[in-house]
Amino acid sequence: MSKKQKRMLIRVIVSAVLFVVCMLLPLTGWVRLLVFLAPYGVIGWDVLWRAVRNIAHGQVFDENFLMALATVGALAIGEYPEAVFVMLFYQVGELFQSYAVDQSRKSITALMDIRPDYANMEGPDGQLEQVDPEDVAVGDTIVIKAGERIPLDGVVLEGSSTVDTAALTGESLPRQVESGDDVISGCVNLSGLLKVRVTKAFEESTVAKILDLVENSASKKAKAENFITKFARYYTPIVVLAAVALAFLPPLFTSIQWVDSIQRALNFLVVSCPCALVISVPLSFFGGIGGASKDGILVKGGNYLEVLARTEIVVFDKTGTLTRGVFNVTAIHPDHCDQGQLLELAALAECWSDHPISRSLKEAYGREMDSSRVSSVEEVAGRGVKAVVDGHTVCAGNDKLMEDIGVSWHPCHRVGTTVHVASDGVYLGHIVISDEVKPDAKEAVAALKAAGVRKTVMLTGDAQAVGEDVAKQLGLDEVHTQLLPADKVERVEKLLKEVSPKGALAFVGDGINDAPVLSRADIGIAMGGLGSDAAIEAADIVLMDDKPSKIAHAIRIARRTLSIVKQNIVFALAVKLLVLVLSAVGLVSMWAAVFADVGVSVIAILNAMRALKAGK
Amino acid sequence: MKKHFKLQDLDCANCAAKMEDAIRKLPGVNSATVSFMTQKLTLDADDARFDEILQEAVKICKKVEPDCTILVK
Repeated sequence: MSKKQKRMLIRVIVSAVLFVVCMLLPLTGWVRLLVFLAPYGVIGWDVLWRAVRNIAHGQVFDENFLMALATVGALAIGEYPEAVFVMLFYQVGELFQSYAVDQSRKSITALMDIRPDYANMEGPDGQLEQVDPEDVAVGDTIVIKAGERIPLDGVVLEGSSTVDTAALTGESLPRQVESGDDVISGCVNLSGLLKVRVTKAFEESTVAKILDLVENSASKKAKAENFITKFARYYTPIVVLAAVALAFLPPLFTSIQWVDSIQRALNFLVVSCPCALVISVPLSFFGGIGGASKDGILVKGGNYLEVLARTEIVVFDKTGTLTRGVFNVTAIHPDHCDQGQLLELAALAECWSDHPISRSLKEAYGREMDSSRVSSVEEVAGRGVKAVVDGHTVCAGNDKLMEDIGVSWHPCHRVGTTVHVASDGVYLGHIVISDEVKPDAKEAVAALKAAGVRKTVMLTGDAQAVGEDVAKQLGLDEVHTQLLPADKVERVEKLLKEVSPKGALAFVGDGINDAPVLSRADIGIAMGGLGSDAAIEAADIVLMDDKPSKIAHAIRIARRTLSIVKQNIVFALAVKLLVLVLSAVGLVSMWAAVFADVGVSVIAILNAMRALKAGK
Repeated sequence: MKKHFKLQDLDCANCAAKMEDAIRKLPGVNSATVSFMTQKLTLDADDARFDEILQEAVKICKKVEPDCTILVK
């Protein structure tokens, strides 16, 4: 409990004791009022003061004003115990509410507590010194002992260890690292001592980016949140006007006494505060986002949870999303040279490219490459590479590239990505590269179907045979192959037209070449690929551990959060409406009205906290 | 320019909504959100008048909820 809350608790206790004493004293008339003013003053002075002050500031209709008016009104019509009790109950409710919100805020932020406190820098005398991670520069060497959190992104120089990436990815299996491997900030070093060369400054590091993303997710409000604040703006004045009407009209036209009608009107005032709604809706979204981040799903705002819950069509990119994106050369079929030469030419032509295919060619070649042999490299999107190698124009790419340059090629019987190689317009042969399907990809597609996703589609720049083979393995509904990045946008736009007005289309990609599609879809989901900045930047939702099965999980979390939000809205409105109706006909007393205000808030907050455990 | 500010002693969710609404209406503000959950103000406003706008926002905050302060670093 904070200091403020403790002080409040003391006031509640003192006032409650005084209240009981007052009830026991056999007093009447003015003396009775004066005696009851003691507990009332103890518990309610700040409410009265704030009411007066806020009116001076032009803030009418805030909860302080309403409570002040309601209780002073009760005092005026001689309902002394009622006035004290209502104020007491209100303050207890407020106290509990503030405590509950604090607690939930804490438990949510604890989930995201991956901020490293310090970094160990080696001083000139070999002594370790603890410094603020923000003061470490790129290129510095830091030391991470067993049990410590990795403060900055870097490359391991010395040592080997296992690191726990659970805080970032939700993945419980530790990862093995040794010298030469990249390590990501936010992970915990479990066993050995690591010496790491820092590759990114703190603000640029993974941990800072994730913290920034999650902490600011609340600034992107869901429609339900905006609806509630708008609703609150009209709700309170309307109920206050109704209260005025209820106070003055019935006594004028019916036999109802003034005392009764005013009491009913005061109940209205108490119920008119929209707090339960205004608090519980953002709290539910915040809880949902917090719960998702615990499982390695970063959601950039409540609005995205709302859209995700309506997902009807899921469109996947293939490489790196459904497949591992790690290619292996599985066959080399030369026409006019030997295998080594063909591979060497292809690897050299692709030596400047960072495309997964290029990487696998270079890996298969396995030797140091003399990049000075290569000049005027031109990447042709969706086709391949043109480059001058040792004075010869070498083209390496798919069949479209071969057609573009007018070289006759022949297909391969092996399923996989075929890289054709031509030198000076002569076809030399092809290399077959294949990619592995991610172990959970099939399960991911099945889970989406089970979650009610109508259609699953795969888009790929890859050859038809490869794409269709993967789609068949995974049980996808539709597959479009041999697409350029621009074609993907076009395809997604066509699919968007198929989505029903209430549905949404999600695109899942690995962030490489996907940015335009990610932003075009209703919701863009990126494979975070432990550190791929482009993905974190472009997407609305980031899957930290690159597992496609997390998509269905995210949808479940979103749906559950949304249903909690709906429950809270319906519950709060229903109770308030019921109490309003019952008060209007004079069937309930003021304490029921207070329950409809703070009691409902507290129940709504407790319900909202369930969003934190969403999807389990 | 977009900046985040911490809000201290923001105790009422409805006040947060009122502040947000009033700050959004300031001239020169592109977008503003007050998050009750994270106790943060996100202000996106014209670069040239940013400090001026921030002062206006501080005033609004005082007016709506006198106990709450924007921590201007």
